[in-house]
Amino acid sequence: MTTFIIRRLIQSIFVLIIVTIIVFTAIRLLPGDPILMIISQSELSEITPEEIQRLRHQYGLDRPLMVQYFDWLLNVVQGDFGDSIVLNEPVIKEISRRFPITLHLSLLSLFISIMIGIPTGIISAIRRGKWADTAVTILANLGITIPVFWLGIMMIYFFSLYLGWLPVYGYTSPFVDFSKSIRQLIMPVICLSIFSVASLSRQTRSSMLEVMRQDYIRTAWSKGLAERYVIFKHALKNGLIPIVTLLGLSLSHIIGGSVLIETVFNIPGLGRMAVNAVFAQDYSVVQGFTFLIAVFVLFINLVVDITYGWLDPRIRYG
Amino acid sequence: MINKEVTQQTYLEESHKVNELWRIWRIFIGRGVVLFGIIVITILILTALFAPLLAPYDPYDQKLEDMLLSPSKEHLLGTDALGRDILSRIIYGSRNSLMVGIVALGIAATLGMIMGLAAGYFGGWVQLFIMRFIDALMSFPMILLALVFASLLGGGLRNVMIALGISLLPGYARIMCGQVLSVKENDYILAEHSLGASNLRVMLRHILPNCFPPLIVLVTLQMGAAILAEAGLSFLGIGIEPPGAAWGAMVNDGYHYLITNPILSFAPGMAIMLVVFSFNMVGDGLRDALDPRLRGVI
Repeated sequence: MTTFIIRRLIQSIFVLIIVTIIVFTAIRLLPGDPILMIISQSELSEITPEEIQRLRHQYGLDRPLMVQYFDWLLNVVQGDFGDSIVLNEPVIKEISRRFPITLHLSLLSLFISIMIGIPTGIISAIRRGKWADTAVTILANLGITIPVFWLGIMMIYFFSLYLGWLPVYGYTSPFVDFSKSIRQLIMPVICLSIFSVASLSRQTRSSMLEVMRQDYIRTAWSKGLAERYVIFKHALKNGLIPIVTLLGLSLSHIIGGSVLIETVFNIPGLGRMAVNAVFAQDYSVVQGFTFLIAVFVLFINLVVDITYGWLDPRIRYG
Repeated sequence: MINKEVTQQTYLEESHKVNELWRIWRIFIGRGVVLFGIIVITILILTALFAPLLAPYDPYDQKLEDMLLSPSKEHLLGTDALGRDILSRIIYGSRNSLMVGIVALGIAATLGMIMGLAAGYFGGWVQLFIMRFIDALMSFPMILLALVFASLLGGGLRNVMIALGISLLPGYARIMCGQVLSVKENDYILAEHSLGASNLRVMLRHILPNCFPPLIVLVTLQMGAAILAEAGLSFLGIGIEPPGAAWGAMVNDGYHYLITNPILSFAPGMAIMLVVFSFNMVGDGLRDALDPRLRGVI
């Protein structure tokens, strides 16, 4: 197990290095001179070429790309992503302000996805062909289909504007006003989790059906075990293993969805910040945000894979 | 005598082949939803091709005196804030969705297949490096990756297609790599090598065709994902420039008039859903029909 963890850890570090190279070079692929991102438009007209050269030297932009990369990396490791040109303050400050909000939404959505998606998938598999299976399958197929931003808007129309049950948008911390926070979160969390609920349910169903076909399940039935033993002790244990690997993917999807949902519901989280930064061409923010999300997803995938190896020895020794 | 046997065997093989195709076709078409999906996709393609003939009005024609009309006989789905006919804009929007989907998947499938083929075939460092690069790409959520790429390259339609192509590429590379790893162990590959075939020939003539079925399934399944992602991006305002019609952007336009004209958002969203649903169902059907493990089960 230790060898497996170490091997997996080395692999993650390797991927992480590639991620830093992608994030660093992506910004450098930009058409135009990076120095122009530092000098504002008004200053540009009154600045001499010598002055630009001096600034370029000052920011280290005249050095080889490799050196610049390692410099950037050194800063990033220390949490310094540069300053936001729009807000005029360090990127990390803005990110740490918004990160808890997105984390709150994402983890809640992931939790709900697991609590609804997996049980419905199991029910669907063991009642294959019955009405419960049909209902779950139809709903799951709709769930992976629906455009979440559209669902959000339709829910706002129905539940907020038409029925007046829920607040239209916004975000309140649960520590400030718990009931208001819950009421504001209902719609965004449904939108964020619907895809994961549906895809987890579909995958659980097919994984369970796959397991139910195995010889050892037939053996379990034929030796006269009760249904609950066959399903919970024999089928479920093996059927759920592949689902674990999907959790990382689900979280990645939820975070991606937060870009849309935070825009629809006007929630001041990271997703909203990303959209704003993209439109304001605030590249330090885009860079910092993208990097942190990638690291977060990588970390979750690492945890998921280690759990996977722990659950399934075939992976560990494979 | 010998001849007769041979003929019989060929006949049996032939009929087996026909039976296999017939079986795949039967499973594929046997489900109501798959048939429904095929019909919707056909309609979508025809709509995109013949948009100018089908649309009752010019989708770009602004008539301010007709702004925000409710659905009526003249305008089946009403008009938007600039007096443009919603139905016509949805019809024209189908072109955008279909084109982005096809081009993005073309890019994703081509690049992904090349990377996966090289990784699986050469193994070792090549595989290590390519697959870790794929892992790195996968650690960015798809819509975010597309958003960032589109913002770096500029938000035009062409760049959205490239961005989506890159973010959809990992699936192809992974499937391809896995397929190649299993196919290359076969004896006929060894035989081909011992006959002196070049690497490229073995890859293209013998390995690639064996990897097609799962890739075709992935293309169909991802068509829905690509259209959905494009809708998300155009909802955020990235992609087709105004006054061009895109379903996602139309949902966003309608959002501002939600209280008075909810249909402005509702209608294009339904179009997205219908199309994505159809591609997903056809993809599912194809997957089940082509899955050898399900032979005899369905």
